[in-house]
Amino acid sequence: MATSDHSSKQYDQELESMRSRILQMGGLVESQLKAALDAFERADAELADSVVQADRRVNDLEIDLDRAVNNIIARRQPTAVDLRMIMGVAKTITDLERIGDESTKIARAAKWLRDKETSFRLNRIPDIRASGDIAAQMLRKSLDAFARLDPSAAAEIIDADQGVDERFRAILRQLVTFMMEDPRSITSALDTVWAAKAIERVGDHAKNIAEHVIYVAQGADVRHATPEEVRRMVASG
Amino acid sequence: METASAKAKMRVQGLNFYYGKFHALKNINLEIADRKVTAFIGPSGCGKSTLLRVLNRMFELYPEQRAEGKVEVDGQDILASRDDVSLIRARIGMVFQKPTPFPMSIYDNIAFGVRLFERPNKAEMDERVEWALRKAALWNEVKDKLAQTGTSLSGGQQQRLCIARGIAIRPEIILFDEPCSALDPISTAKIEELIEELKQDYTVAIVTHNMQQAARVSDFTAYMYLGEMMEFGETDQIFIKPKRKETEDYITGRFG
Repeated sequence: MATSDHSSKQYDQELESMRSRILQMGGLVESQLKAALDAFERADAELADSVVQADRRVNDLEIDLDRAVNNIIARRQPTAVDLRMIMGVAKTITDLERIGDESTKIARAAKWLRDKETSFRLNRIPDIRASGDIAAQMLRKSLDAFARLDPSAAAEIIDADQGVDERFRAILRQLVTFMMEDPRSITSALDTVWAAKAIERVGDHAKNIAEHVIYVAQGADVRHATPEEVRRMVASG
Repeated sequence: METASAKAKMRVQGLNFYYGKFHALKNINLEIADRKVTAFIGPSGCGKSTLLRVLNRMFELYPEQRAEGKVEVDGQDILASRDDVSLIRARIGMVFQKPTPFPMSIYDNIAFGVRLFERPNKAEMDERVEWALRKAALWNEVKDKLAQTGTSLSGGQQQRLCIARGIAIRPEIILFDEPCSALDPISTAKIEELIEELKQDYTVAIVTHNMQQAARVSDFTAYMYLGEMMEFGETDQIFIKPKRKETEDYITGRFG
């Protein structure tokens, strides 16, 4: 990673400002996700509303950052590490915005829970919280890896995504059991399926961000590679 | 040995070059691929133009300049060759930074070089002039004024006239030394388009200060610095993921 400055200080500032804004967007999405998970666990409609509100700011930042990316491409014709950074930022913006959308879906599911009888709410099954925590941790780590352009940390995140996927399947099995036992639980179980699916998607997007980090740092395209292949590619630099 | 992954037309081996005591090129090794465009980039004074001038022995026009090593074209070392140097330059043409039309008609600018090597009759010469001007994408603009002087054309047209003049003697390799630095963007685009077409038939090497131009037109790029070949590779690789930090610093504008 070339860290020395460009001959053009203005260019350095443009890149730095873009980088700090994407981390700002990441921080916003991270707290949005955490609030959505809490709202779902507690069936807290007010908190859920605040998650939906926060999505507007995330969308604004998305548009703002997209514009910055376009300007830099048009005016600077970035190459090499700068080009990879711009491409990485452009893709990360999309993944962050989608995580915001998934958080909003979790928040909506939290609001639906309010209308269900307490005895049939399935929002507290342990795997939901566990998979939510893993996904939130993946997101935080992927933002850290982005800030430090650390490909090894990024490779660990790609590993962790398997955990979220496995838990999603476990949650589905549990919910199917509940639904078979008592059909009155079906609508509530479906709310939980939507939330669990959204969490699983957050994990996928965090994994994408980790893949972008490896591309920016090393120029290696690790999409569609197995976690073992990713580790090998990262180790060989 | 830096190797291009295509068939080599030229092979430079252990090339050193001196301006008097100044060591301007240091142990250059590279292959220039057949019917591809190879670009040389690097800061002023890095030796890229010097290297180009060695490739057709243009340097021999000046005393005190000396090259050691080999420059092979199809396996034959042109530095050691005892052939008339003008025969070598007929095989390896050169286009310069500033257009250099001869002070004669557009027609004669092209016919002049041909007459040095061949004795075509009038019809054959007409045909050759038209062919060269068509190849250089200039025919439609000048076909009705072939008797006008070459210097009456615009800068971009003059440059294409020089390219036509080079092509007319049917070279195998064309060397371009910053062919667009005196041209406006539209003329530049025409020359770049032309280079793209020329590589169907010719091996092209181009020295350019304009990195985006190297990125646009070349298949292979060589980055030179202080007389050394720092990195040589496929243009996509050099501009997306260069292997050396020095190359990255230069092409991303972190130089100096």
